[in-house]
Amino acid sequence: MSARAKIIALHGGLLVLLFVLQFILPAYHHGNLARIMVLASYAVGYNILFGYTGLLSLGHALFFAAGMYGMGLGIQHLGLTVAPAMLAGVIAGAVVSGALALLALRTAGVAFMIVTLMFAQAGYLTVLYFGEYTRGDEGFVIQQAQRMLWGIDLSDPTNRYFAALMLFALCLIVSLWLVRHPFGKTLIAIRENEERVRMLGYNIYTHKLIAMVVSGTISATAGAAYGLLFGYAGASFASVQYSIFPLLWVLLGGAGTVLGPFIGTLFMFYLIDLSSGITTAYMLIAGVVLVLLTLFAPQGLAGELRNRIWRWLP
Amino acid sequence: MELGPYLILASLEGAVTAAVLALTAVGLSLVFGVMRVVNIAHGEFFMLGAVIAWWVAHITGGHPAIGFALALIVAPVLVGVIAVAADMTILKRLDYDPERTIVATIGLLYIIQQLTLMTYGPEARPVEAPFNTRLAIPWFKNGEDGWQMIWPWGLGTTSYKLAVIGAAVTVLLGVWALMKRTRIGLVMRATQADREMALAFGIPVERVYAMVFGLGAALAALAAVLIVPIQQAHYLMGGDPLLLSFIVVIIGGLGSLPGTVLAAVLIGLSDGIISVFFSPTLAKILATLLVGLVLVFRPQGLLGKRGV
Repeated sequence: MSARAKIIALHGGLLVLLFVLQFILPAYHHGNLARIMVLASYAVGYNILFGYTGLLSLGHALFFAAGMYGMGLGIQHLGLTVAPAMLAGVIAGAVVSGALALLALRTAGVAFMIVTLMFAQAGYLTVLYFGEYTRGDEGFVIQQAQRMLWGIDLSDPTNRYFAALMLFALCLIVSLWLVRHPFGKTLIAIRENEERVRMLGYNIYTHKLIAMVVSGTISATAGAAYGLLFGYAGASFASVQYSIFPLLWVLLGGAGTVLGPFIGTLFMFYLIDLSSGITTAYMLIAGVVLVLLTLFAPQGLAGELRNRIWRWLP
Repeated sequence: MELGPYLILASLEGAVTAAVLALTAVGLSLVFGVMRVVNIAHGEFFMLGAVIAWWVAHITGGHPAIGFALALIVAPVLVGVIAVAADMTILKRLDYDPERTIVATIGLLYIIQQLTLMTYGPEARPVEAPFNTRLAIPWFKNGEDGWQMIWPWGLGTTSYKLAVIGAAVTVLLGVWALMKRTRIGLVMRATQADREMALAFGIPVERVYAMVFGLGAALAALAAVLIVPIQQAHYLMGGDPLLLSFIVVIIGGLGSLPGTVLAAVLIGLSDGIISVFFSPTLAKILATLLVGLVLVFRPQGLLGKRGV
C-alpha cells in the first residue's frame, strides 16, 4: 500500500466511522461528539499555525469569538438568515486574523505570544464593553426559529451532528490538502529552519501571513458554527481560557499532525467531562495535563504514534 | 467634592497601587531578566501570598498585628519554597526553553488556582490590618474671608496605606542593594549577562535560577500580604496583578529593574486618575492594546535600550 493510499484510508476511515457512529451512539454521547467535532475543527485551525508553521499563538480565542459574534450579532441585530450570517462570521475571522497578523508577525518567539495574548484580551474586554449589544458574560441565545438553514432545523440533534461532521470533514480535508501541497511543505520548512528557508529565496513573511489568516479563518468558521449549532454566544468564548484550550488539544493530540487536533479534543473533552462530575475545579486536569505534556510528551499522542509506528503519518 | 481634592485622593490610592504593583512587577522582571522565562503563573503566586496571609491570620488569633506580622514572614517564604520546587521539578527539566516554559507555567497557573479553589473555596475573605488610623487631609479654599483651611469630607487616607508605601519602598531598596552590593547579586547579574560564561566560571547556574524564581515569587507574595487588608483574598485575584505586571515590565523594558519600578509608579498613579475619567473596562482595553503595540513597535520598552 502506498503512503498516499494509507493516508486516504486512515483519514477517510475516520470520517466514515464518525458518520456511522451517529446511528449507534446514545443521545448523550451523540451530542458530545457533535460538540467535539466543532471544537476539533477549531483545533485543526490552530494546528495550522502552531503545529505546521511553528508560531505559538495565545490569542486564538479572538478569532473563534470573531466568527461567533460575526455570525451571532448578524442574526441578532441585522436580522440575517443563517447562510449570510455564517459568511459574516467567516469574513470577520479573516479580517481580524489578517489585521492581527500584520501587527504580530513583526515580532517573534515570546513577544509574538504576548502580543497575541494582549490583543485577544483587548478583544475579550471589547466584547464586555459593548455589553449593550453582546450582553457580555451572560451572552445571548440564538432562537430555534433563527437557526433554520434552507428549511433544515439545525437545532435538531441529527441535523446538528451531520452539520458538525460536514464542517469537520471540510476542515480535515483542507488541512490534509494544505500540508501535502508545496505551500504547506514550505510552512513546515519555516518551522524547522526559518533562516535556511529565507536563504533559499522564499518570502517568509507572506507565508506566515497566509498561514495565520487560513488558521484564523478556520477557527472563526468553527466559532460561528459552534454558536449556530448550540444556539448560544457569550463572552467566555473570547476569554483566555478559549485560547489555551486549542493549544492544549493540539499539544495532547500531537502538534503538526492532521489527526492530532481531533484526538486531543476527544481525549480532553471526556477527561474534563468525567472530572467535572467529581469536582468543580475541573481546570485542574487541564493544568496537570499541560505540565505533563510539556515534560514527557511534547510530540503528543499522534506524534508519538508517528515516531514509533506510522512514519508516514502526515 | 471638587476636582482638586478628588485628584489628591486618586493619586494617594494610585500610590498604594503603584507600590504593590512595583513589588509584583519587579519579581516578574527579575525572573525574566535572569532566566529569560516568562512566568504566566506569577499572578497565582501573588494570590497564594494573600490566601496564606488569611490562613496565618486566621489560625493565630489575638491582636491582628501578630497574625499580620507572622504572615509577612510565612507567606513569602512558603510561596518562595513552592516556586523553587516548581522550578526544580518542571522548569529545569524543560531546560528553560522559552516557549515550552510558557506552556508549562500556564499549566502551573491552573494547578495552583484550582487547588486553591478546592481547599480555600470560592469566598473572598478579609484580613484585618494591624493598625488603621484615619488621617484626614486638609484642603485650602479661597472663600469670603480669604484663604481658609478646610477638611473636606471623605478626603483622607489611613496610616496603613502610608505604611504599605513605606514598606514597598524599603523592600525595593533592599532588592536593589541585593543585586548591586552583594555577592549573590553579582552572581545573578553574571548569569543574566551570559549563562554559558557564568557556567564556565563555576557558577551553579541551576541553583541561581531556582533562587531567582523563588525570590520573584516571594516578592509577589509579599506584595499580596501588604494589599490583603485593603482588598480581600480570593482565588481569582491573580489575574489583574499578572496583567498589570506584564504591562509594567514590557513598558519599562523587559528585564530592566529601574525601568520596571518607574513604569509601575507611572501606571499605578495614572490608573487611579484615568479611572476618574474612563470606565475601568475601557481603561483596561487601552492598557492591553498599549502593551501589544509597544511590543510590536518598541520591543525594548519605552524606557529600555536593549533588545529582547
